[in-house]
Amino acid sequence: MSTRARPLFDRAIVTRALVDSVKKLDPRRMIRNPVMFVVEVGSAFTTVLFLHALVTGRGEASPWFILAISLWLWLTVLFANFAEAMAEGRGKAQADNLRKARKDVMTKRLLEPHRGASREEVLSARLRAGDVVLVEAGELIPGDGEIVEGVASVDESAITGESAPVIRESGGDRSAVTGGTKVLSDWLVIRITVNPGETFLDRMIAMVEGAKRHKTPNEIALDILLAGFTIIFLLATVTLLPFSWYAVGVSGGVPVTLTVLVALLVCLIPTTIGGLLSAIGIAGMDRMIQANVIATSGRAVEAAGDVDVLLLDKTGTITLGNRQATDFIPAPGVTDAELADAAQLSSLPDETPEGRSIVVLAKEKYGLRGRDIHALGAKFVPFTAQTRMSGVDLDGRRVRKGAVDAITKYTSAQGGAVPDSVRATVEEVAKQGATPLVVADGKRVLGVIKLKDIVKGGIREQFAELRRTGIKTVMITGDNPLTAAAIAAEAGVDDFLAEATPEAKLAMIRDYQAKGHLVAMTGDGTNDAPALAQADVAVAMNSGTQAAKEAGNMVDLDSNPTKLVQVVEVGKQMLMTRGSLTTFSIANDVAKYFAIIPAAFATTYPQLKALDIMGLHSPTTAVMAAVIFNALIIVVLIPLALRGIKYRPAPASTLLRRNVLLYGLGGVVLPFPCIKAIDLLLTVMGVS
Amino acid sequence: MTWSGIVQIVLFLVAVVGLGIPLGAYIARVYAGEAKLAQRILGPVERVLYRAAGVREDHDMSWRTYAIAVIVFHVLGTVVVYALQRVQGALPLNPAGLGAVTPEVSWNTAVSFATNTNWQAYGGETTMSYLTQMLALTVQNFVSAAAGIAVLVALIRGFTRRSAGGIGNFWVDLTKATLYVLLPLSFVLAIVLVSQGVVQTFGAYASARLLDPTTGADDAAVIDQVLALGPAASQIAIKQLGTNGGGFFNVNSAHPFENPTPFSNFLQVLSILLIPGALCFTFGKLVKDVRQGWAVLAAMMVIFVPLLVFVVAQEQAGNPVLHALGVDQVASSLQAGGNMEGKEVRNGIVNSGIWATATTAASNGSVNSMHDSFTPLGGMAPLWLIELGEIVFGGVGSGLYGMLVFAIVAVFVSGLMVGRTPEYLGKKIEAYEMKMASLVILIPPACILIGAAIACAIPQGTATLGNPGTHGFSEILYAFSSGSGNNGSAFGGITVSGTFYATAIGICMWIGRYWLIIPVLAIAGSLARKKLIPPSPGTLPTHTPLFVGLLVGVVLLVGALTFIPALALGPIVEQLQVSTAAHAGN
Repeated sequence: MSTRARPLFDRAIVTRALVDSVKKLDPRRMIRNPVMFVVEVGSAFTTVLFLHALVTGRGEASPWFILAISLWLWLTVLFANFAEAMAEGRGKAQADNLRKARKDVMTKRLLEPHRGASREEVLSARLRAGDVVLVEAGELIPGDGEIVEGVASVDESAITGESAPVIRESGGDRSAVTGGTKVLSDWLVIRITVNPGETFLDRMIAMVEGAKRHKTPNEIALDILLAGFTIIFLLATVTLLPFSWYAVGVSGGVPVTLTVLVALLVCLIPTTIGGLLSAIGIAGMDRMIQANVIATSGRAVEAAGDVDVLLLDKTGTITLGNRQATDFIPAPGVTDAELADAAQLSSLPDETPEGRSIVVLAKEKYGLRGRDIHALGAKFVPFTAQTRMSGVDLDGRRVRKGAVDAITKYTSAQGGAVPDSVRATVEEVAKQGATPLVVADGKRVLGVIKLKDIVKGGIREQFAELRRTGIKTVMITGDNPLTAAAIAAEAGVDDFLAEATPEAKLAMIRDYQAKGHLVAMTGDGTNDAPALAQADVAVAMNSGTQAAKEAGNMVDLDSNPTKLVQVVEVGKQMLMTRGSLTTFSIANDVAKYFAIIPAAFATTYPQLKALDIMGLHSPTTAVMAAVIFNALIIVVLIPLALRGIKYRPAPASTLLRRNVLLYGLGGVVLPFPCIKAIDLLLTVMGVS
Repeated sequence: MTWSGIVQIVLFLVAVVGLGIPLGAYIARVYAGEAKLAQRILGPVERVLYRAAGVREDHDMSWRTYAIAVIVFHVLGTVVVYALQRVQGALPLNPAGLGAVTPEVSWNTAVSFATNTNWQAYGGETTMSYLTQMLALTVQNFVSAAAGIAVLVALIRGFTRRSAGGIGNFWVDLTKATLYVLLPLSFVLAIVLVSQGVVQTFGAYASARLLDPTTGADDAAVIDQVLALGPAASQIAIKQLGTNGGGFFNVNSAHPFENPTPFSNFLQVLSILLIPGALCFTFGKLVKDVRQGWAVLAAMMVIFVPLLVFVVAQEQAGNPVLHALGVDQVASSLQAGGNMEGKEVRNGIVNSGIWATATTAASNGSVNSMHDSFTPLGGMAPLWLIELGEIVFGGVGSGLYGMLVFAIVAVFVSGLMVGRTPEYLGKKIEAYEMKMASLVILIPPACILIGAAIACAIPQGTATLGNPGTHGFSEILYAFSSGSGNNGSAFGGITVSGTFYATAIGICMWIGRYWLIIPVLAIAGSLARKKLIPPSPGTLPTHTPLFVGLLVGVVLLVGALTFIPALALGPIVEQLQVSTAAHAGN
């Protein structure tokens, strides 16, 4: 998997973010974030108070105190904007790269959908869906489409970052091409399927730029809660003014100043999470992009965190792509070496991975060296759909290997028969989840080659880990139930679907969803499309068909089905970061009360000094220290928001205990020393 | 704290839980239709009531219909109570010949009893006729409590039903709560209270010759004392059981005819928490996971017990100023010790402390001592318990549905922390639930703070204060907290029968009750429509000590962060002033 990690604070991105954070002060944009909007209003209000104090000389407090508070409030807003701009900037940098791939090129439009048809040169921007074009070696593919004719190697690095070329051909599941990629060899006749501006590249650019970013459901719910808290704290601070009038009537002194009330309000409302919320969301998308997964919406990323059933294709995900020979089991009266020799001979010219694994096994187990088939004068008999066997003819020997029924037919045609003991072996092998190949020399059956699916290393542990986090794994395979069950047991999946058809897959997803589960799957073929559309999180392989990509809500540019697990982790991490920072933000308030309340009523109720457990220097430094802490903590947490908090697969209660301790309890405790330190610093600097 | 204090507190808690378990199971059976014996006895009555009212028992209401039924029922109830007070002079059962109650007090009282608050801007024996007490007030005591249980049961159905459109039938839920739960319990309790000497009569007020004649304010000789009587026991039983709290007599359960013996005191204080505690078990049974009920009860206890101990300890410690003067405030065989101002000698420190904590934890509001005379911090604990939202036990039904809303918020925050869209009891908590939950949490503090702020800012608010200074501020804060939280107890010290307080607190009571019921029912409706998500190791368990801790944390943090500034300017600074004065005295 090729993750392209960018440094967290890239110089160009930081510069652009600094400019953007000022642009984002526009109140029309700020209002989308109610918490920070309140801070902005507070900043503006204290600025007016400062000007009033400066001009009239009869302000409620020293103009310089008001100015200092006002400046730090503005900084609080700017810091939050900076966090968002940083997250967006990382996407924009990616988008710029992609844009380079989207240039207008001259292309050959064909009037008929075949290579020999008459053609005309047109600009790629003028192509419409339905047009057919010819692209030859060295040319850029002008738009997304389906291959009508031809086979070619294509460089897709502009989209995937993967430099190795891929094969694209008409028909089947590898017929989709993406605009902006380059044909390296041969030629393709392509039917363009989308209009300019709607191509995959365009959508990707829009996505990584966050141009069409909608708030995700959980983000909306959290926004509501944060707005609720903001209103509560607004009430708690606004009512302090009349309470203070009453107190002054009772005990003398001066009423609490508006500046201090605004400072208290800003310190109490959840600015930490409010300021970082959208950055967390954007960063989540960005982490997907870095894992080479393009999500069509933030909603999909979030849903990934909720998934509790993973449908995994057996081949390529759970097992290595190909089966391998692991054993030679000779028939009665045949020696091991004899069988191995015949098996090797029949497989020498066989270029399939299974064939090669037989040669390798023969060499490893019996020291049989590879032989040159041409030197031997042997004739290769390739596998066909009719015979369902392959082998060689050599010196009158006719060695064949194939499925048991094919060999039965072959030997019986020559008056031979498959011995019962070999049939028993075949069944035994099948029961173990392996594929038996029977080897015959003429009418004589020599024995069985055991081809086994090799389960990927470490996958069992990975599934066990998923199970602990409450995620169920289901293996999807075209194998018969017997084979499927054996592999399922070996890989440690929770369930399997054998002899899977697209309909059976769809039915299974619906069934899980009806029971309240959220289902994720990967797919690449056109026949996967209905299931992809039904699944809650559907990752289409970039190598797959256009239909599959349209139906899914994520595209994996690496076409790596194992990525699903990573997708789920990114989703969870995004939610956890939000939850933990919310807890942290609210928990911070306790310390701020201890700093500000005694300071705010110092003239009315000097006894409240008893609550000042931090022993702060003066009311001025106390209020300023709280405000400064509140602003700086946003900056300090930007890396955490962008990277996401650490995620380790564990049961919910373990995760909760850890995060409550770290962010809840930590959130209560941390501000005390920090505010005290800032207070000391202010005192040293001569603020009194 | 004294040994006797510890024993009494433990005994009280054991009784609340021990009786709560079977009662909660019984209430669950009533609503699951499995209380066979009770149905055989009361079923015919129930069916006659439905037939008379034209209620179809199987008619399932949407949450909107349910909410409209609740509101309409209580608006009508409020009108009837208002009217009865206004015309009581012309009605029978009025041996004391009491005239019509003033319009603002009538409005205040009508709202107060319909909302299960029982804030009393009047003195019972000098204002209300027997008929008004029974027909207007006692009836509301029953049905307002029953409505609380009904709304709770509707919310629980939101959790248990899947993909359902309705949340039950309000009229049926209301009838079942009254007929199967409140009436039988009140009947038994009233009988026992009568055996202890609580009065129950239609007879006129009695007169007794004073042993030591005195003179009145007008210098006329006073030789007789009028002893107010009435049908008190029947009202007191439901006043305690239904978390109503409105006393038959002005001084509530400090009155010897309302609460004559230690046993009656124990029964009454037990009755305050009995049903709110039992409903936790009902909840557990109905969601088919009793651990969930235990968890909620545990969260309540974790808040309640330390505050109870704190109150008793504060009161037992006495007044620092008196200590400084060398006054003996230590408990001994001859005296209760501690701060006995405003407490009945027969109740002492411990029983006054238990009662004050229980009556404010639950939204009961009956008193057997005067909270106004508690030490500043001893009085702050009851005040803060009200301000937490009346969810630590809280009102009958209303306390638990409030706590469940807090649980929804706790689940939401903790769900995010484990990386999953939060779910509670298998139901997803999404934006709509958060919107409604935020309203439920937001509205009571809004009423309290805005009400108290207005009172501080206008002359009418401060004119009737008995104690200017920080204590006066606590009194204002307590009055609005008590009204908004539907508690009904009074700190006292301010005259609240004037137009400003009677009207403003009336509004707070109304909003504090029905503006919460509507969003709670909306949550119920939304949850009922959802699918049930099967639990897995990835599901956050909501019955563990960890979750209980988190729930307590959310409740305390919201309560503390909202009210710390106000409390700092009231009881906290008052305590600091008292301590300073004591030091100065030394």
